[in-house]
Amino acid sequence: MATRKRRTAPSVDPLLASREMILVAGSGGVGKTTVAAALGLAAVQRQASRVLVLTVDPARRLATALGLEAFGNTPVRIDDQALADAGLDVRGELYVAMLDTKAGWDELIRRHAPDAATRDAVLANPLYQNITSRFVHSHDYLAMEQLHDLHATGEYDLVIVDTPPSRNALTILDAPGRMADFFGSRLLRWLTVPYRSRLFTFASKPFYKIADTILGSRFLQDIADFFVLFQAMEKGFVKRAKEVEALLVDPRTAFVVVSTLEAAPAHEAKFLAESLRERKMPIGAIIANRVLPDHLADVAASRAAEVLAERTGSGGDGALAVAVAAELGADDEVVDAVLHRMAERFDEVAMVAARERQRRSELASLATTTVDVPWLRGDIHDLSGLGVLARHLRGLPNAAESS
Amino acid sequence: MTALLDLELLFVTGKGGVGKTTVAAAIAEVAARRGQRVLVCEMDAKGALATAFEVATLEFEPTEVEPGLHAMSMNTEDALQEYLRLFIKIPFLGRIGPLASTLDFVADAAPGVKEILAIGKLAWEVKERHYDLVVVDAEASGHVVSQIGAPKVIADLVQVGVVKDQTQWMLDILEDPRRTGVAVVTTSEEMPVTESIELLERLTTETGTFPAAVIANRVLPEIFDDAERDVADRMSGAVDLLVDEVGPGVAAVVEAARIIESRREIGESHLARLATAIEGLDLSGATRGRAALDLPILSIPEMFSRAHGRRVVSLVADVLDRTLDAGSRDGSTV
Repeated sequence: MATRKRRTAPSVDPLLASREMILVAGSGGVGKTTVAAALGLAAVQRQASRVLVLTVDPARRLATALGLEAFGNTPVRIDDQALADAGLDVRGELYVAMLDTKAGWDELIRRHAPDAATRDAVLANPLYQNITSRFVHSHDYLAMEQLHDLHATGEYDLVIVDTPPSRNALTILDAPGRMADFFGSRLLRWLTVPYRSRLFTFASKPFYKIADTILGSRFLQDIADFFVLFQAMEKGFVKRAKEVEALLVDPRTAFVVVSTLEAAPAHEAKFLAESLRERKMPIGAIIANRVLPDHLADVAASRAAEVLAERTGSGGDGALAVAVAAELGADDEVVDAVLHRMAERFDEVAMVAARERQRRSELASLATTTVDVPWLRGDIHDLSGLGVLARHLRGLPNAAESS
Repeated sequence: MTALLDLELLFVTGKGGVGKTTVAAAIAEVAARRGQRVLVCEMDAKGALATAFEVATLEFEPTEVEPGLHAMSMNTEDALQEYLRLFIKIPFLGRIGPLASTLDFVADAAPGVKEILAIGKLAWEVKERHYDLVVVDAEASGHVVSQIGAPKVIADLVQVGVVKDQTQWMLDILEDPRRTGVAVVTTSEEMPVTESIELLERLTTETGTFPAAVIANRVLPEIFDDAERDVADRMSGAVDLLVDEVGPGVAAVVEAARIIESRREIGESHLARLATAIEGLDLSGATRGRAALDLPILSIPEMFSRAHGRRVVSLVADVLDRTLDAGSRDGSTV
């Protein structure tokens, strides 16, 4: 298919070369995890550097394709031989790790606990697991935490984080701030005053009575016990949350916003990109994923569909179908039906393509770089598929393309 | 579908972006068209339900968006206020403002408290029979299990108190498959189908609430029969001839058909995977009082014209309405 030549194809190469931390964000189902992995691959193809992709719960087939049946918080290197077998030449080292919320929390507790007794008490608290998996959007915060940690080890030139799918894209940006707020909150102070004085503190009495009636004092006490322990770690937690927050606006950090051009994901991507701009957080690139070919929306194509519809089906003379059938060695009537159906259905596809083109230009206005990834046949589930995606992200031509 | 509308409380969930809000709105609309008094509630306050009905905003206090169809947006603080008024008989409502926000913060931290306030509000509407059907545009599949499972978590964690006493009547409603069900919405793509399978498994093992339907949204219609498909696959071999005869734009027409057809084929394989997984589910607990629970995959075709808003809700409602008339046998085939 002949495509119009661009002067320079948009590419993620400059971004990958200039940043140390990249956060890949976007709504669920847009191919975020795959794009994050492909960005990592693109980086090691071009640079002789150590690159880590931190992912959340990847599609199992992708994990398998990466040679990672089981992997956790500890980075695992993608085997060079596996890459070579998939026809991928790399200059650097590619590592992958998966975000494990539970293990991440345990690690935080171990680090911030002032002593072994506190540490063990927290880890053994029955509410601990339940609470950590729920409050202050801990997934979002932990992704940030781990990014900070992994970057701080100095072992990697580039860390790419596949952010958790958020209900609201902004929660991830606000997560570190909320973590710091939580420790300064009235709630925590109230919960952690000794039980008896809490009961008799005039100010908190009505509240306590209500809370006690609703939740039962035993349950409140369980929560309080937990937070008393937790408060011992306040200093470490708050300091860390502030560092993590600073990381988000660091010039070495960039966001990559991934979206398909369907209405809902594109809407969310636009909202996210605008919010990033407001917060002065740098948008490195917008990746428009699964883009339909441009020429589907061309006038010439819809004109051709009209002509084709006229010359086939009940209104046509059948001559075109006969000629095509001879070329293909197929039945005249079947060919006629196929051509007619193709012409009829074209409008639907063209309508989708036109709408998507419109959304793409809206998105593109929000970032300096927008890279299109065409709709590829099927989901990506092996290294060579990832290689094809990486080439698209780098703006390189893909010779053997099925789409 | 008939069975869906016979429920009193229906949670509609699915992976983000699959059209869960549209489907929830459409189910509510079908029920309202049939003369039921319906409440539809958005849980995540993102405003998608307001868009679906083309209203500016939705509040905790329901708005009648169509005759018999009431829509609201869940808000934990309002739910708490109502809860205090109804159950604790707090007389000084004006003064609980700061108290409410503090308790809201407790709810944020304590497991299940926030969820149970929301679920409790919905179950309350069911218990009091204010509506024939309450449709919940629930949290995305990742969160919905903890939402629906909240009363159970609370019942296990809290030893005494009003909340403890209250969980039982909620569980009575939530765990009765004749009254409460979950509709899992998916598209025919890999990740949504994978998440749907995981969700169906978690629902049946971790909560006492059962799936009532699986709804495949945006399914591409079949364009060709087998003989035609074979010819269509080979049509690129005649593109030069077609270009001479019809014009240069025809290449895009052939390509479009190929893209849409291969998208459809891939989608079909994912739905087949879903159907296989459903067969393997242990739904024996949901068969209380019935011979067997069939979990149909209802299919909603891609609406090429529109993706969002009032128009598409109405189109989807038309499809669901017809599926219901055709009976569940028809609805069970994809």
